[in-house]
Amino acid sequence: MNEVTGRVNTQYNKIEYYLQLKKTNDSLVKANEKLYNKLKIDFDLPDTVSKTEIDSIRVDSLVQFRKYNYLEAKVVYNSFTQQNNFIELGRGAAGHVKKDMGVVDPGNAVVGIVTDVSNGYAVVMSLLNKDSRISAKLKRGGDVGTVTWDGKEPNRLELTEIRKSAKVNKGDTVFTSGYTTAFPYGLMIGTVDEVIPDKSSNNYFIKLKSTANFYGLQYAYAIDNLAKEEINKLLDKVKRQNQ
Amino acid sequence: MSTLAKNILRFILFILVQVYILDRIHVHYMVTPYVYFLFILWLPFNINRTVLMITAFALGFTLDSFRHNPGFHTAACVLIAYIRPFLINLLIPQEGAETNYDEPSAKSMGGFAPYTVYIGILTLIHHGWLFLLEALEFANFWYFLFKTLFSLAISLLLILVTELLFNRKQKFRTNTV
Repeated sequence: MNEVTGRVNTQYNKIEYYLQLKKTNDSLVKANEKLYNKLKIDFDLPDTVSKTEIDSIRVDSLVQFRKYNYLEAKVVYNSFTQQNNFIELGRGAAGHVKKDMGVVDPGNAVVGIVTDVSNGYAVVMSLLNKDSRISAKLKRGGDVGTVTWDGKEPNRLELTEIRKSAKVNKGDTVFTSGYTTAFPYGLMIGTVDEVIPDKSSNNYFIKLKSTANFYGLQYAYAIDNLAKEEINKLLDKVKRQNQ
Repeated sequence: MSTLAKNILRFILFILVQVYILDRIHVHYMVTPYVYFLFILWLPFNINRTVLMITAFALGFTLDSFRHNPGFHTAACVLIAYIRPFLINLLIPQEGAETNYDEPSAKSMGGFAPYTVYIGILTLIHHGWLFLLEALEFANFWYFLFKTLFSLAISLLLILVTELLFNRKQKFRTNTV
């Protein structure tokens, strides 16, 4: 069924994509700017006394030590008006997209997690889904909680399970904790918009503004965690031992 | 155009309009208008009951596939398809009047009032059941009630516009039963 709806959506998206070309282009230029600003040549050493020494140990840093691989994908369908929203990507099992991969937008902000894959298409559970739960960390203080959505307003998320002892201010950054295999550490999820103390528990109830804009999504990246199988094998082993 | 061809065309158009236009609307972050189920309400009078329910299932299932829902719309569509014949029997002005025209409309049901009741009740049932299924894990009664009522109002308005825009010409077929 994903294959059929995917094909129809691709046809429709051709029109929509054309109409949004300008916006899409702008977001890609912004993403590029960010990447250029991270280049090594942009930085200079503070003085001439210290100098960089290239390590003589031969490390094939591209192959062996790569942990995550980004897979580019076209968004062919995206919804934000329901209580359980899904995104459809025009890249599936044939393009090495697998279940449980994390998905980010061109600005490297979290968008969702792949839940279903057919040969040419992948279905992504958007952050704007009542069943979506993503482990998140507050940049200030380092408290870890879970990002959910209440099913009402798009681009407004919720951060739960943060203790009242944590220091939270409006505007604080919330990013991925890196505790799950779906996302690397430090990808933007949102910024704190409102902090409400929950009267019935010892936790805060925090409203977030999502960094990813779900309205004009045209491209996304699926993140392949290359160490995932190893981690899962280890976890399974521990689970079996504890049974 | 034969009835079958006309209805296949309608099926496709209603699904496309619902998926690519109406699903993008989100009034006050709460209400999304639904019009696609008008397809079921417009099916001919003389349609076989089994066929009617299978068609409704197909309609709901198609929309659910596009939205990746676990069968909310399928359930609501089959429910209104099941109730439709009872309601038509109740509202039709005299016995055998349903053979005069092809499909339900203000003209064939003997006036604006019975047709409005027919549309209104089925829309209410469709929306109520749909949002109940969606909200079962939510358990916020007032939100559910407001959502149903607002959606009902907006959907009815859109149905009225649809009826006015696409005037279905219907021939008077026979007076004898």
